[in-house]
Amino acid sequence: MSELSVFDVLGPKMIGPSSSHTAGACRIGKVANKMTKGKIVSAKFFLHGSFSKTYRGHGTDRALVGGLLGFDPDDQRIVYSFDLAREQGVSYEFIETDLGDVHTNSVMIRVENHKGESVYVTGASIGGGNVVITEINGLKIRFTGEYFTLVVPHFDRPGIIAKVTARLASNTVNIAFMRVYRHEKGQEAFMIIESDEIIDQDSIDEIKWIDGVTDAYSINIRH
Amino acid sequence: MKFNTGKELIKLCNDLEHSIYEVMILRECELSGKSKHEIINEMHSSYDIMKQAVKSGVTKDIISISGLTGGDAKKIFENSASIHGPVCGAFMKKAMAYSMGVLEVNASMGKIVAAPTAGSSGIIPGAFIALQEEYNLHDEKLIKALFTASGVGLLISKNATVAGAEGGCQAETGSAAAMAAAGIVELMGGSPEEALHAAAIALKNILGLVCDPIAGLVESPCEKRNGLGVSNALISAEMVLCGVTSIIPFDEVVEAMYKVGRSLPFELKETALGGLAATPTGKNIKIQIFGDE
Ligand code: SF4
Repeated sequence: MSELSVFDVLGPKMIGPSSSHTAGACRIGKVANKMTKGKIVSAKFFLHGSFSKTYRGHGTDRALVGGLLGFDPDDQRIVYSFDLAREQGVSYEFIETDLGDVHTNSVMIRVENHKGESVYVTGASIGGGNVVITEINGLKIRFTGEYFTLVVPHFDRPGIIAKVTARLASNTVNIAFMRVYRHEKGQEAFMIIESDEIIDQDSIDEIKWIDGVTDAYSINIRH
Repeated sequence: MKFNTGKELIKLCNDLEHSIYEVMILRECELSGKSKHEIINEMHSSYDIMKQAVKSGVTKDIISISGLTGGDAKKIFENSASIHGPVCGAFMKKAMAYSMGVLEVNASMGKIVAAPTAGSSGIIPGAFIALQEEYNLHDEKLIKALFTASGVGLLISKNATVAGAEGGCQAETGSAAAMAAAGIVELMGGSPEEALHAAAIALKNILGLVCDPIAGLVESPCEKRNGLGVSNALISAEMVLCGVTSIIPFDEVVEAMYKVGRSLPFELKETALGGLAATPTGKNIKIQIFGDE
């Protein structure tokens, strides 16, 4: 683990009551927001373990919806997130479930956009407001959002990864970590790229145009 | 600015002729690449949130989302107690009310700074803001003391834990009290060694305290333990400022705390399966809030 900042020790700044059940939940919701194209119209939250048992008392539900609307864990609007969601025409539902052998504070979020397309994001809140995203659209992946993160769905074909990293290099983005996940050879795959610096919109747009890349999502939940 | 133990931190302070807070600010500059100014400003914004939480905590009518807690801080703040005046003195009563108020704000989905956790978020603001008012101190001094406090929190995080789930409540409210005590000592003119003596004493005072939140919620006994924590911080600082030292050095106390925490059964580490959470009343409250399983 990297050296702790004073603001990790004296922080996070957050809406209570619980860094794991409220602040972390909000961050997972925010990842689902970032992974959705266009306007969000509905969301289903599949709550597991401690999340499923205690979500009401911890405001986990409001924090998840707040995150889904794009709020950060210290945004007071979390408290009214249900009303704000309704005003924006976003419907939501909480389902207590068993996601299997995963962290006790886990949630799977299914978000649907205005075109009826859906995306699945699963994450765990592992304490102190820190989260791990463990699955996207059924594919097991792993990132924490601690860095500026770029998620790039693409086809598993030779040369695509090199093109993406070359594009980032030419825009002087320094890659801290990079991992690639795929369902099966030749099918849909994900690149997870983590950087210390913000990845600018121009680079992201250029990456989207690379042949074989289907999209690119910038996920930035800590800054 | 690398250090892993209290001993190393003190050596660094002595070599550089710096206070703990100065070392912590320099370390943060190195780590983040940000300027001193930016870092101090960021801490200032944390302190502002703490102040706002204290203010809401003792003036607003608060009720937690579960309905279990709320209103106690205000009661303590407003009540002039018996005709003879407050039993622990007006200053201690205020510090208590402040720290408990922050926990109520937290439990009602208000904004707080985890210090070091949400469950212990009242202790540092309670102690610091009461002290600031008592002595009419400038914000700047308290912000420096927040860096001192975070130095102690960093040492405990590195060598033990500040999470109730790992170390029990001694790790949460104990760490918060240790952090606050060190901050106060440095603020009141104590040396880095003395700051760590105060931190050690605060930790020793509640060594072994279990984490047993009713219904698993960060409310009860958490709120009252913040009241305890603030007094623990203040008495530990007072002892040291009068020349008392900790017989066991800080690093050894932290290690002892970690070992005690590890040897606590899991029922007493945030699972809400033991201690007060497992009392008949505790269980009943859980059923009232979450229904029968
Ligand atoms: S009892 Fe547990 S949850 Fe409550 S303050 Fe102590 S450590 Fe935190």
